[in-house]
Amino acid sequence: MDVHDLEIRALDVREDIVSMIAEAGSGHPGGSLSCADILCALYFGSVMDYTADDPHKADRDRFILSKGHAAPALYAVLARAGFFPSSELKTLRKLGSRLQGHPDMRLVPGVEASTGSLGQGLSIACGMALGLAMDGFPSTVFALLGDGECQEGQVWEAAMYAAHMDLDNLVAIIDHNGLQIDGRVVDVCNPESITDKFASFGWQVQEVDGHDMGALVRTLSKAKAHRSGQPKAIVAKTVKGRGVSFMEDQASWHGKATDPDQTARALKEIRAARDERSRA
Amino acid sequence: MIRFASDEERAKRLATRAAYGPALIELASQGLPVVAVDADLSGSTTIGKFAASSEENARRTFNVGIAEQNMTDVAAGLALTGKIAFTGSFAVFGCGRAYDQIRNTVCYADLNVKICPTHAGISVGPDGGTHQMLEDIALMRSLPNMRVLVPADFAAAGAAIKLAARTDGPVYVRMGRAQVPCVYASDVDLEIGRAYVLREGADVTIIACGVEIDEALKAACALECEGIQAEVIDAFSVKPLDEETILASVAKTGCAVVAEEHSVNGGLGEAVASLLARQAPAPCEFVGMQDRFGKSGSFDELMVAFGLDSAAIAKAASRAMERKASS
Repeated sequence: MDVHDLEIRALDVREDIVSMIAEAGSGHPGGSLSCADILCALYFGSVMDYTADDPHKADRDRFILSKGHAAPALYAVLARAGFFPSSELKTLRKLGSRLQGHPDMRLVPGVEASTGSLGQGLSIACGMALGLAMDGFPSTVFALLGDGECQEGQVWEAAMYAAHMDLDNLVAIIDHNGLQIDGRVVDVCNPESITDKFASFGWQVQEVDGHDMGALVRTLSKAKAHRSGQPKAIVAKTVKGRGVSFMEDQASWHGKATDPDQTARALKEIRAARDERSRA
Repeated sequence: MIRFASDEERAKRLATRAAYGPALIELASQGLPVVAVDADLSGSTTIGKFAASSEENARRTFNVGIAEQNMTDVAAGLALTGKIAFTGSFAVFGCGRAYDQIRNTVCYADLNVKICPTHAGISVGPDGGTHQMLEDIALMRSLPNMRVLVPADFAAAGAAIKLAARTDGPVYVRMGRAQVPCVYASDVDLEIGRAYVLREGADVTIIACGVEIDEALKAACALECEGIQAEVIDAFSVKPLDEETILASVAKTGCAVVAEEHSVNGGLGEAVASLLARQAPAPCEFVGMQDRFGKSGSFDELMVAFGLDSAAIAKAASRAMERKASS
């Protein structure tokens, strides 16, 4: 997909996210919308190698959603990538659904690890990277973390270990939207500078605009291809709630669903943006 | 048929943890894709022996430093690439500190990770209460998908590690630092979900696991001198529990004692109590840590100080029999 089509795909995914969470009556729209472009770049921008109808293909690249509460974004992307029917998206968080509130690898094809308890995904990704390298696979492991999540000590245990083990088949992406449940990340417990911290732990770090699709595809592809003995971190500057004006940069939209009026307004905005982009 | 240790073997005292590294070496030599992840305690856990055994096994061993949460999830990631991943560390860290990782990553996804820490219970002795893990069986047996094995001796520990490797999904193997007499023959082959009758008797059933097996056998000898025939059962597989063997024994004896080097809350004792309450209520007494932390002392001293020794088991057996007689 070229950048133009990727941008339209990301708007489709945003529409899915808003619709799913509204239908579910609960969920995490802010952090799902902030990482929608990153996920679209990975899955539809020819960054990751995967086969939707053979989800366990041994030499595939792996993606771990360490910030598991952004499950709606991952589900929307996996459905549109063909891992399961899009019609299932409306079952999110409902009894009997495969689409649990946080991703369950035993239920959903394409989900590589069950996540939800923050701070664990980078360690899982390290183990995967070690195992894949041990078996001689060229695969790359991507892990998406939240910036608030970087307050978890285990993230830095993993960061230290990945650099120690020279895991250059590992790429961490930080969805740096600056907000967490209780407010601004810098006010709750300041993790800044995330870039400097990863660099000082021995990672190769690149900052990117997490909503610039062209830049995302370039940066992610380069990080995947570059194997120089260091793990790589991409700090993606994003806006929480991106694409829905009343949600943007509002911590209050971390974990609640829209009411019917808000849903209609949000969908109208996203569809207008998509129509405009389609005409461009 | 289970073979027991010969008199010569019984004279040997070995720590259960000493079986860990050698068992991993054996599994790797059989071509199983085992990997071991430790957290700066590879000498104590004996995972170091596995790493030192060959270049290939060194490549299969990972030391994450003092970071048990990372250790557990790195093992999970390795399991997700088809490895049989074993973790190390002391029980208080490898199980206690990493509980959320064991719960949410390993057990929730039913991953092929074997949580096999050493130095469980009061066997770490002089290190004191901070290091004496007495709640691990409770934590682990409450987790869906987890099996819990508590080997009594060196041979059973080796068998448990090999069983864990050949059982898909999470397994907890609890090992200790204390040197305990051999109960089983060195090549014993145990099964998950089985308990083993080590000594037959008709008056009282003593159900135990881990280091309490030796104490239970000693208690049974002491009781015999008083004319009491105690049946001793090794509930090596705490979860799943061999309900049939335990129920059959208690149906015969009419009362039971459960002994474990663990808190009386949530461990083997409560598992047996729950079984008896549901199926066949009978007087039952419990030997274990009484809702308290441990403290420094030698292992042998602590066993007496906390009422975990053979004398405590024998007294509990007498109490159980008195309750049976008066009921």
